[in-house]
Amino acid sequence: MADLAERIKKMSPDAVASVSSSLGQECVVVHKEAILEFMRRLRDEEGMLFNFMMDLTVVDYLGKRDAGSRFEVVYHLYSLKHNHRVRVKAPVSQADPAIDSVVQVWRGADWFEREAWDMYGITFKGHPNLKRILLYEEFVGHPLRKDYPLRKRQPLLGPEN
Amino acid sequence: MADIFPGPDIFPAGMLPSLVEMMAKIIFIFTMNMGVFAPLLGWVERKQSALMQDRIGANRADILGFTVFGLLHTLTDAIKLLTKEDFIPEGADRPLHYLAPFIAVVPALIAFAVIPFGGQYDLWGHKTNLVIADLDVGVLFVFAVASISTYGSVIAGWASNNNWSLLGGVRVAAQMLSYEVAMGLALVGIFMVYGTLRLTDIGVAQENFLHWGIFLQPLGFILFITCALAENKRTPFDIPEAESELIAGYFTEYSGLKFAMFWMAEFLEMVTISGVLVALFFGGWQIPFVSGAALARLFGFLGPNLAQVAVMLVHVAVFWAKILLWIFILMLIRWTLPRFRYDQVMKLGWKIILPLSLINILVTGLVMLLVK
Amino acid sequence: MSELRMDLHTEPMILSMGPSHPATHGTVRFLLKLDGEKILNCDTEIGYLHRAFEKHCENGTWTQAFPYTDRLNYNSAVQNNVAYALAAEELLGVAGKMPERAVYVRTIMCELARLADHYTNLGAATLELGALTAFLYFVEARELVWDLIESVCGARLTSNYVRIGGLASDLPEGFADHVKRVFATNREHWRQFDKLLTKNRIFMDRMRDTGAISAEDAIALGFTGPCLRAAGVEYDVRKANPYLVYDRVDFDVPVGTTGDNFDKYLVRMEEINQSLRIVEQLLGKLPKGPININDASVRNPAKEDVKNQIQSMIHHFKNTIEGITVPAGEVYVPTEGSNGEVGFYLVSVGGGKPWKCRVRPPSFALTQGVGEMVKGAFLADIIPTFDMINLIGGECDR
Repeated sequence: MADLAERIKKMSPDAVASVSSSLGQECVVVHKEAILEFMRRLRDEEGMLFNFMMDLTVVDYLGKRDAGSRFEVVYHLYSLKHNHRVRVKAPVSQADPAIDSVVQVWRGADWFEREAWDMYGITFKGHPNLKRILLYEEFVGHPLRKDYPLRKRQPLLGPEN
Repeated sequence: MADIFPGPDIFPAGMLPSLVEMMAKIIFIFTMNMGVFAPLLGWVERKQSALMQDRIGANRADILGFTVFGLLHTLTDAIKLLTKEDFIPEGADRPLHYLAPFIAVVPALIAFAVIPFGGQYDLWGHKTNLVIADLDVGVLFVFAVASISTYGSVIAGWASNNNWSLLGGVRVAAQMLSYEVAMGLALVGIFMVYGTLRLTDIGVAQENFLHWGIFLQPLGFILFITCALAENKRTPFDIPEAESELIAGYFTEYSGLKFAMFWMAEFLEMVTISGVLVALFFGGWQIPFVSGAALARLFGFLGPNLAQVAVMLVHVAVFWAKILLWIFILMLIRWTLPRFRYDQVMKLGWKIILPLSLINILVTGLVMLLVK
Repeated sequence: MSELRMDLHTEPMILSMGPSHPATHGTVRFLLKLDGEKILNCDTEIGYLHRAFEKHCENGTWTQAFPYTDRLNYNSAVQNNVAYALAAEELLGVAGKMPERAVYVRTIMCELARLADHYTNLGAATLELGALTAFLYFVEARELVWDLIESVCGARLTSNYVRIGGLASDLPEGFADHVKRVFATNREHWRQFDKLLTKNRIFMDRMRDTGAISAEDAIALGFTGPCLRAAGVEYDVRKANPYLVYDRVDFDVPVGTTGDNFDKYLVRMEEINQSLRIVEQLLGKLPKGPININDASVRNPAKEDVKNQIQSMIHHFKNTIEGITVPAGEVYVPTEGSNGEVGFYLVSVGGGKPWKCRVRPPSFALTQGVGEMVKGAFLADIIPTFDMINLIGGECDR
């Protein structure tokens, strides 16, 4: 199992920045520019066949990392055929919080990306309908960012009729 | 004075007793329906569903600690419905919004006029027929009046200015239209067998237990009860008011007394349907194997007139007991089955029940020819 | 006829179904575009039950997250407790050192929670199809299961039962007998429910061929759990990546073929039986022993010791005030929830609070598929389709 990350690196050496394995889980860090093509290969390549995108989320490392890699978009993939999992991470900078959408690869990523936009303000380029999902359109800011105050209150505005 | 209160002599002979008799019958039916069945069926429904579902059912409302098996819930319901705000949504057609519940409830009351709740009795020389209006078109009158109540629901759906109500109204219109056709045809067989539309005559014809409608027209009976359930708009045919789809369908925007009228109309329709069922298929007021004459002999010790009264009372009681039994069965169905889908109801009506009722007519005709 | 239709001016009806609608229970809104009763388009809007689960978890200690996890899928709260605890223990490096009994009890509780969830789901689905009686049979079954859960952890719905490194309390006296009694009654309820519905023509007509989804679509949309299995994909985390003691019990994973609502119903019905089987097996070989790990830096020492020994009291104080110290790292632990894969992705940067506590909600992915599943169907088909998705607002909106 430990060689899965290595194999992924071998599959697309340009896209992968580093690989690691901790607590028995494989992890691949990729350059965000290459994410779409890389994901497509992960899904289709024989030996990978990651047909499930189980989870997509973002981690905000404010104060832990520099602004160039403040955010990390995290994908959890699963292959039904090979029964293996991998975590793909793509660092995203504070100045340009954007990454390519993977909706073309997995349709199910749609809402997950909307949630990531809603909560962290990461723009997913090429997403068909990138708007807030859990919060309302009039909400200001992205509440799961570490610099959004815990006790900040906003008026609950409904849509105008 | 004589001009204002004309003496009995200006009445044609026997008119006054007829008038009294007529008033008595109307008051009796009215109290049975509005005073007993409409409020009590709510309680029966609660208790029966509770019985079926392993629950206790309504048992909390009390006066000085007496709960009377939850009967007082009926009273609290009435108080609640009477004192609730009568809400009319913005943009609703106010006159029609008011009118609709009346159109729904009145026909349900009127329809009972032609259903005989007893036979003919000779009381002190006066022939008493226990039916309010002994029309020779009998059942057709029930259909005609019942189809008027459809307007109540449709108008309610339209006048409420609410999408859910509108959808409910559309569903009512479609469902009632389809099932009235099938219901009428399902009953043609029974008219052929008895050779009359007059419900009293059909009642008399069923004195012989083996001549009950259910034995002569088994298929017609099944088709009719299915259509009747659909006309009644209760589960499994409650698609016009399906609460998980259309909230409450055509009466979504009704509250208070107007809501209560729709509610009452539903229960009254159930009584009427049971009444028609009993009159046509279940021997009306007749008791199996016991003819009216035999009963009269049994009560002979009371003298001829009182014996007739006793027979009458027994017959009326039997009739209402049969209605109660049918209401019980209708409720049993209502609390057991899930709901159809709109298109499935249509399919059942037009593609299954309608052809079957036509076949029923054909077979009935053939059998009658052969028997002759 | 077609010429006539061309001349008629028609426009689709826009209908807002929910959030306050009997079938959507205040948790979701469907914006429907209707042609008569046919659905041309269905936009799903969620978020009505959003309560910042992640933000709360990030601002409390590791232990304080448990009550929040209860409120994710509140029908099977223990499963979320367990999933979170497993992920945290993985990060702490104590996953392999858990006492046997604790692992067994966790598995039992997970399956009881699954029972409660499936009973609720199937019952509610029939309720919304108009069969109130069947609903109440399963509600009683669920109540009895909740009685069991209550006897273990003192709460019916929000159990808050599991702790990092152990459990809040051991099984009560006579639990096995209680389970035996409840299961006997529930098997009877199951039979009655089955008789009322499974071969009921009306029920079948409503469920068959509605809300169908192909295996490919289900996978692409990230479906998991009974909805995915109904489409014919045999994926169950309990079998694929066994956790707790699922590799030591004998159970089957029911799989459907068509992915329609009826298959989802059948899959859930069978899963109830399998869960009963699992619990019975586990109760038979439940080991004796402690239920908490013997490591004061992970699990608070026993109350007795806290009151009598100074070092235990210090541990208790530190664990409560500062939180358990979890080494830096990240972990994703998948578990099989009642609705599908519940995975906790925890990130720690050291210290007593989670840096990130993400749950992968199965309902979220499933709800996403509703619009696709009902397109072209009738308005009434939303009801069984939506019910069989088993959207739990708490989990979907977090």
